[in-house]
Amino acid sequence: MPTTAPPPAPAVNDYGSVVHDLSREVMTAWMTQLQDAARSGAPSAYMMVSGNCVEILRCFDILPVFPEINALQLAIRKKALPYILKAEEIGYASDNCAYVKADIGYTLLEGVGENGLTPRPSLIVCNFVGCNVYIKWFEHCAEMLGVPLVMIDVPFVRQGEAVSTGDLHYVMAQLRGLIAACEELTGRKFDIDRLREIVGYSARAEAGWSRAKELCKSRPAPFDCYFDSINMMGPINALRGTKEAADFFDAAVAHYEVMAARGLGATDEEQFRVVFEGPPPYPYYRNFRNLFAAWKAVCVQSTYSTVGGTWEFGFRHDPARPLESIAEQMLLHNLCNRTMQERYRQIRRYVEEWEADALVIHSVKSCRLFSAGQGDMREYFTKELGVPTLMVESDLEDPRYYAEAQMKNRIDAFFESLQYKRLRGSSAEARPAFSEGVSDAVRRGR
Amino acid sequence: MQYAAGVDIGSTQTKAVLMDTARAIVARTVIPTGAHVVRAGRRALEAVVAEAGVKAEEVRCVIGTGYGRYKVEAGDAQVTEISCHARGAQFIFPGTRTVIDMGGQDTKAIRTGPDGSVLDFCMNDKCAAGTGRFLAAAADVVGLTLEEIGEVSLRGTKPIRLTSVCTVFVESDIMNYLAQRKSVEDILAGVHQAIASRTIGLVRRVGVEEEVTFTGGGARNIGMVRALEGKLATKLNVGPESHFMGALGAALFAVDRLMAAEPREAAGVEAAPIWSDGLEGR
Repeated sequence: MPTTAPPPAPAVNDYGSVVHDLSREVMTAWMTQLQDAARSGAPSAYMMVSGNCVEILRCFDILPVFPEINALQLAIRKKALPYILKAEEIGYASDNCAYVKADIGYTLLEGVGENGLTPRPSLIVCNFVGCNVYIKWFEHCAEMLGVPLVMIDVPFVRQGEAVSTGDLHYVMAQLRGLIAACEELTGRKFDIDRLREIVGYSARAEAGWSRAKELCKSRPAPFDCYFDSINMMGPINALRGTKEAADFFDAAVAHYEVMAARGLGATDEEQFRVVFEGPPPYPYYRNFRNLFAAWKAVCVQSTYSTVGGTWEFGFRHDPARPLESIAEQMLLHNLCNRTMQERYRQIRRYVEEWEADALVIHSVKSCRLFSAGQGDMREYFTKELGVPTLMVESDLEDPRYYAEAQMKNRIDAFFESLQYKRLRGSSAEARPAFSEGVSDAVRRGR
Repeated sequence: MQYAAGVDIGSTQTKAVLMDTARAIVARTVIPTGAHVVRAGRRALEAVVAEAGVKAEEVRCVIGTGYGRYKVEAGDAQVTEISCHARGAQFIFPGTRTVIDMGGQDTKAIRTGPDGSVLDFCMNDKCAAGTGRFLAAAADVVGLTLEEIGEVSLRGTKPIRLTSVCTVFVESDIMNYLAQRKSVEDILAGVHQAIASRTIGLVRRVGVEEEVTFTGGGARNIGMVRALEGKLATKLNVGPESHFMGALGAALFAVDRLMAAEPREAAGVEAAPIWSDGLEGR
């Protein structure tokens, strides 16, 4: 049940500002905690967003620090480049992951520790080993900061949506190792009932997040599930397992339920519904959004919003099996730990169930792990499914890869062609020749 | 009389095409873009109007395209050059289903519908590798003009294999081959082959369907035409308008717009749906 009264519903279109304000409130509180910990030396631990086990840290009141979130915050505030250059100074290559470089530069320039805004961690937990660069990143951090490193080896899910008992037990055994490390760090005994309570908060936030995304099936969608979703990705990724996050989602869902019921949308006149694949160009977040807003294009689903976990298809952390469900999440419901075919299936469901007109792929120059295969993905959706697909490229962190004129050219041309198909399609009887070349999706009237 | 114009401000050259309401090309012009984009658009339009010998006020609709499309002062609307090249190519070569446009900064492959609509497109990524700029850099190194290198490349018998198509490193790469006493003909043949290979990669991504029409400045280069034809094993549609295809497409959209706005004056001309009113002011 909601424990926070829903905010008043808007009378007119609201561009996510109510939820944005709520999000800022809870995120600011978290960042204040981080700054306090930087001064006081209260226990904290580095952790990765993708498929993590933050509930275990919370069980010991160890404050989680997410270097990826630090990096994106630097980028969105247009502060990333000096840190990236600092990392390049010490030998990081220009095409190395820019998240890593921003964080390494930030550490070198004293962003971490009592003089900075980020606490020097008591522990570094590398919970995602699907990216070798990420492993090296946390190894480098552990060495630079002189902090113990716990590496959790999560096997890649080789096929489908099943995981072997062996893999599950392998991850659970390592989670027990992490618990032992936390006990040693804090001098506290592990309390399974406390973990159940925390896992319960996670499940409640996951249900809220899933419901909010479900509401984007409405026409118009009450929020943009790519650009506005960061208002919710903060709480789900940085605060999962807290009462604050669970309450935030209750309030956000209540707000969006009212918007959907009243037919209010993220934009005043939704023209195109798109699905997004890939993270956004944080250094030019608003510019990039405006290129889509100009066409009244709204994102109704996105893979990036599931980077912390793919909960919208039903998985929840389970207080009855806390450790096992944490391991399941790390293995199976981590976007980056699944095969490309699984990602295709996920996107296909988005396009079909959320009734999207098109797919937009934003490919990341400095992340070959996530971007490799997106050319094939474009072909699969365009040629085999008849879903108009646009692929553009820049970077999620490094501003040097964003070229506004080229980006705008590609986006405008893409929407021009969708618009043109629509205009011609509406007079299809007068121009029967046209439908020959039109994709299935357009012919179905999407 | 009423006329419509398309102005294509590209990274290297600015092209303009003037058309009457029966969609006949009245005049066309090309000037270097230079550093003053607004001035280039203005001058190209003035030049095409002067060449046609019509009054400026008779030009009732102007559509801007190319990278400088928002800098066409007289522009009533803007359309990207992807849509314009597709439209122009279909107008000149009605059997067009694939368009290859090679400009100064971009190479594009466009799959088109029978009506000239864009069904799919792919462009080079952010760098200028394999675009017209690369050819210009290669021409500089061997001391020839852009106009000359195509012919010279056809005389090559053993094309060299370039290590990259990086526009920055092409210079040192070619210097290296010159030092090895490779002939200019073989070097240029290799340069054209390398760009053709990269371009074919883009074309295959959208799917090659005949007829294939080659547009943009690259289409004026006979070496490029032959290299692409060799790799595609098909003849390309190339004509005197190829270089102006973007401006021509823009002029066609301008006529559409003019006709839609004043349908009574469009007697005898089929009123096509207008592109989009929403394009204004973006």
